[in-house]
Amino acid sequence: MTHTGNNYLFGLDSFGDLAKAEDGRLMNYAESIRLVVDEAVLADRLGVDVIALGEHHREEYAISSPETVLSAIASKTKQIKLASGVTVLSSDDPVRVFERFATLDAVSNGRAQVILGRGSFTESFPLFGYDLRDYEALFEEKIELFSKLLKEQPVTWSGTHTQSLDAADVFPKTESGTLETYVGVGGSPQSVVRAAAYNFPLVLAIIGGSPERFAPYIELYRKASAEFGHSAHPVGMHSPGFIADSDEQAVKIAFPLFKQAMDKVGKTRGWQPMSREHFMNEVKNGSMYVGSPETVGKKIANAMKAVDAKRFDMVYGFGPMQASDRRRMIELYATEVIPRVRELLGQS
Amino acid sequence: MARTIAILGAGKLGITLSQLALRAGYSVLIAGSGDPSKIKLSVSVLAPGAIATTSAEAARQSDVIILALPLSRFRKLPKEELTGKLVIDAMNYWWEVDGPIDHILPSGMSSSEMVQAFLSSSRIVKALNHMGYHDLHDEARSKKSPGRKAIAVAGDSKDDVRIVSSIIDSLGFDTLYIGGLAKGKLLEPGGNVFGANVSAARLKQLI
Repeated sequence: MTHTGNNYLFGLDSFGDLAKAEDGRLMNYAESIRLVVDEAVLADRLGVDVIALGEHHREEYAISSPETVLSAIASKTKQIKLASGVTVLSSDDPVRVFERFATLDAVSNGRAQVILGRGSFTESFPLFGYDLRDYEALFEEKIELFSKLLKEQPVTWSGTHTQSLDAADVFPKTESGTLETYVGVGGSPQSVVRAAAYNFPLVLAIIGGSPERFAPYIELYRKASAEFGHSAHPVGMHSPGFIADSDEQAVKIAFPLFKQAMDKVGKTRGWQPMSREHFMNEVKNGSMYVGSPETVGKKIANAMKAVDAKRFDMVYGFGPMQASDRRRMIELYATEVIPRVRELLGQS
Repeated sequence: MARTIAILGAGKLGITLSQLALRAGYSVLIAGSGDPSKIKLSVSVLAPGAIATTSAEAARQSDVIILALPLSRFRKLPKEELTGKLVIDAMNYWWEVDGPIDHILPSGMSSSEMVQAFLSSSRIVKALNHMGYHDLHDEARSKKSPGRKAIAVAGDSKDDVRIVSSIIDSLGFDTLYIGGLAKGKLLEPGGNVFGANVSAARLKQLI
């Protein structure tokens, strides 16, 4: 299954938020990781195209090593694509990233997908001994090295922030010869141009505000691709959401959890607590896909049309959510929302 | 009335402000951190009509300059070309980009006071920093529109504050004057107003 033409893809993304057990107790890290594995198995069974797991190094998230969790999922699933969302390349070693994902690709029969990004958090920098002041330079250099490694031929390389390599060959090779690689971008114009320069498909993280405003970024991606002599790949988008049987129920469950998650981040970044008005505005006009299957299906279809996206990934399980609510959401997403979006986009 | 606005910084905020300024009928010059050719394509697609140039050239040719670059880079601003100019400081200290605060900002000072101390011959007004760039994009509305949102403005010169307020009004927002540059602290990350996307009346309550 490659991503071409009018073949729409629908994914579920998780950061491994610590979830709540049925007795209301906060799950520990190990339980939360096993929950994601079970959810991915369910998503696979229900025909969701992609599960993407983000790398974080924060107390509220259990997943710091997505490809390890993805390998466990690989052994229990058949179809679903296994993606990172994102792999923080700036604070990783491009050679090791290639090796780990090529290994995941092997154990999953070619289902691995790397989504490279700079990440919206920065804990990984001090943790792995990198200086945040090199933020730009690290990503710039490592994405270039990674793009060379993807050719799966010996690489000769002279690094500043990376190792130097002398005709180094890296293993395992993939069976298909191609490790599927995307770049995740948050709306920095230079990141969009960079993805085009390296001929990587783009996934836009649209986590607030109207999705329409990203349409020019996709035009930029296409024009930049043309300028670099590539034909642009289809573009994907990634946004947070929650689905329940009715709009009221979805808002009732999601608001306190989204608020808790957003306020925790806001505290470190100096913004004020999220108001209900702000949340409802995001639900109505912005980038939180919260509601009944019909409401969310329409909202996704509109957003995909507005930015001409061929892939939509919903970030699920925001905050300490009950495992049963997460499960119900995945069922509704797979069995009602995705078919409805396909229908609205004219593909049934 | 200013007709040409320079925007220093071609990231998310710089591009958004360029879009608003173009829509309001200003000529816009925009500069990133390096060679203008690096941002030319982005600017032509995202803010068609804006001209990509160097910071020095943008500053020289404009009546009003908006700072939309990472705060930690303020010492690289073209000081000479900014002499005598009205400069709107939309920057915020952001530890993830700027590094530890004690490397940048003397304690007790608002970031705009520090920028004013460095650009001692420019006229600094702090504004357009407290609302997120996507809210700036989505919420800009014409005068007297119901539900119009407001931007807080801090500055030591009443005349300059008046000019900046009228520019912001033309970009699509009401304004609220909150006092001198020292008051700018209220608008910084951690302050009551940081992130606020609210009406002037509500903004007044937050101050």
